[in-house]
Amino acid sequence: MAIILDHVNYIYEAGTAMEHAALKDVNLVIPDGQFIGLIGHTGSGKSTLVQLLNGLLAPTSGSVYYNGADIHDSDYNKKELRRKVGLVFQYPEHQLFEIDVFSDVCFGPKNLGLDKKEVELRAYAALKQVGLEDEYFYQSPFDLSGGQKRRAAIAGVLAMKPEVLILDEPTAGLDPKGRDEILDQIKKLQTQMKITVILVSHSMDDVAKYVERIIVMNRGQVMFDDIPKEVFRHYKELETVGLAAPQVTYIMQALKKSGLNVDTDITTIEEAKASILNALGRG
Amino acid sequence: MLREITLGQYYQTDSVIHRLDPRVKLVTTICYIISLFIVDNVIGYAIAGLFLALVIKLSKVPLKFMVRGMKSIIFLLLIAVVFNLFLTPGEAVVTLWKLRITKEGIRLAGFMAIRLVFLIMGSSVMTLTTTPNNLTDGMESLMGSLKHLKVPVHEIAMMMSIALRFIPILLEETDKIMKAQIARGADFESGNLIKKAKSLVPLLVPLFISAFRRANDLAMAMEARCYRGGEQRTKMKPLVYKKRDGLAYGAVVCYLIICIVFGKILL
Repeated sequence: MAIILDHVNYIYEAGTAMEHAALKDVNLVIPDGQFIGLIGHTGSGKSTLVQLLNGLLAPTSGSVYYNGADIHDSDYNKKELRRKVGLVFQYPEHQLFEIDVFSDVCFGPKNLGLDKKEVELRAYAALKQVGLEDEYFYQSPFDLSGGQKRRAAIAGVLAMKPEVLILDEPTAGLDPKGRDEILDQIKKLQTQMKITVILVSHSMDDVAKYVERIIVMNRGQVMFDDIPKEVFRHYKELETVGLAAPQVTYIMQALKKSGLNVDTDITTIEEAKASILNALGRG
Repeated sequence: MLREITLGQYYQTDSVIHRLDPRVKLVTTICYIISLFIVDNVIGYAIAGLFLALVIKLSKVPLKFMVRGMKSIIFLLLIAVVFNLFLTPGEAVVTLWKLRITKEGIRLAGFMAIRLVFLIMGSSVMTLTTTPNNLTDGMESLMGSLKHLKVPVHEIAMMMSIALRFIPILLEETDKIMKAQIARGADFESGNLIKKAKSLVPLLVPLFISAFRRANDLAMAMEARCYRGGEQRTKMKPLVYKKRDGLAYGAVVCYLIICIVFGKILL
């Protein structure tokens, strides 16, 4: 069971002077349970791509399959699809509207037509999952801090119990601590609930530590699609499209060049530490 | 879904009409609207139609965009036509129960429809070929003499340009919030009127908050740059008439004379 994109093209404002292709012949297979980083520079088509995955946009040509069914068939249940494929937009806190945090999180499950008790149970569980304390539940969402708002908004999607969770730049505008906390929590969710997570970002440092597969988008096309260390080997090419490998890759490359026998395929700081100590003969 | 509104939307391309001074375009549009109300025979409307067709051709804006703007007035158009058709006294052509369609009625209804269509198309040409900033600059300059009557011309122009500038931003924002709520299972389409109105709450609350936030940010940014109204304010790109603008004015005067001669006096 997976999401499959088959020769997907997407063109904005087709037939006008503003026409431009956001996606060009994209083919992807996203199996269950993977933690994927979708990386690309601004305007590379990553936001368009994720909107195709839950049927908010329809491809200009090509097909999107979810669990073997074409999601743009006329008899396909889009509402059910949107429950299964949860999408957290960029700056999701801008969609909060209820009088308190708890009711806002209830909005999603309520739309699924569940009974009141189930709705509240789900909302409570989702708020706990994103690490929001009870004391905030009955505050206005607009009184929370930036990071708390973001958690509340993510909980709003989690409460629908999606099988696939897509997050479009969930850490944009957060401080380093808030960023790490949110990403740690997402990783925890992914392993606990065994859901597929697609993390959209333009920062390799953000995703390197968490994801098991990286899809690099450039000008609407898939440029690389591999495990992190394979992708980071192309760090020179990544730079030409306005991206960069994690800082640790550069350090390891520089150390290697200056004669220290370290492993340059390393993607996280912990691994780097071990490798350097090892090379120095103190591991 | 929300991109169908063309009024006030600029179509980016390079043409003679695009390069004209906004003041010329404003005056032309006003003259054109006046001309539509002066003429009252077929030849006059044919001339107005030709003039419009020529300008549209020169503007390089696909006709599709003008027609799209028409959708919003279709209701108004229908009402005007129906009322004129049935309520004009004169020689009856068809009689349906108590309603009579008269010869004069058909004539008036036809003219009214043409008038409205040309009017909307004519003003769409202006908004499609002029950026909002240019348009308000032109207005400010044209209304400049009103300043002596203590009319806050600059402030009105600034408010208009901000309002116009925010239309696409808020449309985009609406689109984004709508999508975000649809992703949370919101349904904006089905249900009865009350349910539909209720379903707008998750859209309108975030939209208002975002509009206020943006307004606040903008005010702050303007104050940070010492904006304090129009007094002694100079422009980076002052409007200067070029040769083509003079020619355009000439063409408009010619058009008006022809309109008056053929559409009013001769026939």
